[in-house]
Amino acid sequence: MSTMMKYEDKEFKVVGTRPLRPDGVDKVTGRARFGADYSLPGQLIGKVLRSPHAHARIKSIDTSKALALPGVKAVVTRDDFADMPVEYAAAGELVINFHDVTRNVMAREKALYDGHPVAAVAATSEAIAREALGLIKVEYEVLPHVIDVVEAMRPGAPLLHEEQYTQGVTPRPDRPSNVAKRVEFSLGDVGEGFRQADLVIEREFNTKPVHQGYIEPQACLANTTEDGQVELWTSTQGHFVFRAQCAKLLQMDVSKIRVTPTEIGGGFGGKTTVYNEPLAIALSRKSRRPVKMVMSREDVFRATGPTSGANVRVKMGCTRDGRITAAEAELKYQAGAFAGSSVMQASMCAFTRYDLENAQVVGNDVTVNRPKVAAYRAPGAPISVFGVESVIDEMAKKIGIDPIEFRLRNAAREGTQTYYGPRLGSIGYIETLEKARAHPHYSAPLGPNQGRGVATGFWFNIGNETSAAVNVNEDGTVALALGTVDVAGGSRAAMAMMVAEELGVDCDKVRPTIGDTSTLGYNFVTAGSRGTFASGMASVLAAREAIEKMCQRVAQIREVPVGDVIWKDGQAGPANGAARQFAPMSLAEIAKVAGKTGGSIAGHAEINAQGAGPGFGTHIVDVEVDKQTGLIKILRYTVLQDVGKAIHPAYVEGQLQGGAVQGIGWALNEEYVYGDDGVLQNPGFLDYRVPVCSDVPFIDTVIVEVPNPNHPYGVRGCGEVPIIAPMAAIANAVESAIGIRLCEQPMSPPRVLKAIGEAVAGNLKD
Amino acid sequence: MARVSLSSNLAPYTGGETKLVLQIANVRQLFQALGERYPDLRPQLDAELAVAIDGEVYQDALLQRIEGDSEVFLFPKIGGG
Repeated sequence: MSTMMKYEDKEFKVVGTRPLRPDGVDKVTGRARFGADYSLPGQLIGKVLRSPHAHARIKSIDTSKALALPGVKAVVTRDDFADMPVEYAAAGELVINFHDVTRNVMAREKALYDGHPVAAVAATSEAIAREALGLIKVEYEVLPHVIDVVEAMRPGAPLLHEEQYTQGVTPRPDRPSNVAKRVEFSLGDVGEGFRQADLVIEREFNTKPVHQGYIEPQACLANTTEDGQVELWTSTQGHFVFRAQCAKLLQMDVSKIRVTPTEIGGGFGGKTTVYNEPLAIALSRKSRRPVKMVMSREDVFRATGPTSGANVRVKMGCTRDGRITAAEAELKYQAGAFAGSSVMQASMCAFTRYDLENAQVVGNDVTVNRPKVAAYRAPGAPISVFGVESVIDEMAKKIGIDPIEFRLRNAAREGTQTYYGPRLGSIGYIETLEKARAHPHYSAPLGPNQGRGVATGFWFNIGNETSAAVNVNEDGTVALALGTVDVAGGSRAAMAMMVAEELGVDCDKVRPTIGDTSTLGYNFVTAGSRGTFASGMASVLAAREAIEKMCQRVAQIREVPVGDVIWKDGQAGPANGAARQFAPMSLAEIAKVAGKTGGSIAGHAEINAQGAGPGFGTHIVDVEVDKQTGLIKILRYTVLQDVGKAIHPAYVEGQLQGGAVQGIGWALNEEYVYGDDGVLQNPGFLDYRVPVCSDVPFIDTVIVEVPNPNHPYGVRGCGEVPIIAPMAAIANAVESAIGIRLCEQPMSPPRVLKAIGEAVAGNLKD
Repeated sequence: MARVSLSSNLAPYTGGETKLVLQIANVRQLFQALGERYPDLRPQLDAELAVAIDGEVYQDALLQRIEGDSEVFLFPKIGGG
């Protein structure tokens, strides 16, 4: 059922409170079981042999010596996976192509990046598995490689895919290219817009790929029986999607695979597609033994999806009174080894915070010899917004208008025509800007070498396929089965709270669990800030179905027409105008007699949730720049975001804080470093530096609530937006502090020193 | 008749046309009409496009009703991390 529900403005008893999360005790006591915690008797350990080359043709693979090693029970290579035609499917951020997915999980014709799997073994111990990898002989023909997006677009660049012709251009190109796709969005006439401008600014920005940095590496355990049934435990953002992908890649019936999602130590978009899972199943199928595969951190960096690195050019014009007349951007995004970066979403997000008459965005999706990119919170948006919000800041400063006031004069609002398609519905962007301007942070004094920056972000948010079931237990408690993985943000608690609100019971009477793929209908991945929105909607509908059944049951027990029964405050009682009065029955009383009055009571919902409400946020950051070392210190940070309605405010605050901290890491420290040989130089947290507690201050949050009119509790979703603005906000703060605009990420001490040196040299020359 | 607008990024697949008027009652009929009119657009219709009907965004909603005087936009489907 394609479902959209209307917001109901009412007083809440549970929603908006801060109960303890149902998974909290297990997590703080170490009882929670993550991917690597699962084991089965007789299990084997699976390991992957990865390409040491960035680009090489695979001429032959000889596994005979590995198979002869005692303790080795199975080896799989490209020969164990069927070739796949071009076939697209949704998988989180992007549409995936099974022709490419089968080549990404196991290289076929060519190895396309350092770390690309070329074989996998299953052995009785990890040591034997590792030894076996060393016995597999792969004959490579090393090919020229390209890892830089601009270089990859040049004529004559090493070509990854001989059959790849640029889509989205007419006429169809007559030669293959690393540019997989060109997209273009336009509104009005940007040429005319620039002619109307009093000030035009054009700048180029460069960013490096960054990883989602989840603490838990990918881990799975597969068990295949002699009759072809598969059990799979895995750390995933979407077990139904993983089931579908494994079934397709291994040419199995979906019904033969049961996937149980483990607790997940972070995903942030990176666990929306399979890596080891089909390999583990294939190894288990061959060996008839359970096979466990756990990635090392090096595996994670070398072979799982980071976000894109990119080259971004932004040109904007405005009038003296601060009205934007034209906005133009060209985005070049690395897709990694296979087509499908986030450039489409990045293009659509670039300017959508503003009400523009003239806009044009051109995006390029470019294959390079790096791991295939995956989603990362608000995929692609932080990169394009880094450029746009930097130029916005520069325009505001140059014409002498406060940066927030400048944004308010151009802010998108309900009814604004986007340049990518629809008009915006009810949104809360202006509310976040006004609260930011009024916040004490915005007017607090600053010291020497300190500066303040502001930037804003937008994400669409989504709904999609979702199922939930509410089972009324015999003692009056409630079991809530959810199909959307709780990606550690606390969504289980939020869903339980909405069900408790509907049923009129205490929140601790509702126990939420994430069901495996055999317990519920299909659920899309937890991504796109959809979990609390869509699963909340399904949970509410399931609760309402249970309520309807309880009212019917009470009507039978009290021998009154069902229309005379109404659910209120946790009990079924006489409706206004009922023909006769009768004693109400509470949920617990109904549950107690359910077995003898027709059987247990449950409600369920299988929906395709529609009506997601866009989210907007405004960030304020204070920095101090050490001109001697180039170190940027974050002094103070405030996130203000419209979330529609915060079901559990503490977990919403956690999302806003977490997004900001990941954005700070992206801005200041994180980057993939490749050698001239195309090999990743820093595949570990020692050399790839994510922020730690001492790097960031307490992140202050202001929850703005402009209800989504298409959700019963007004939920919009909140996980994507907070990572969008930090990079630009920090760059703007640095410019305020030292008068130098940084256009390259990460803004690490060496780059800051280089920029200071160049500025000094420029001044001396002048 | 519904007024249908295609996002400008779809122009390469429609010979440059981005606005048309169609007699359609739901999203499935919309996709069918567009696929017949623009064969190059067909691969995207199934997997890659969202539809906004009178300002409300729908994804994977083939049976969603479209009223006779509706304003309809087609644009890329959204995901997320």
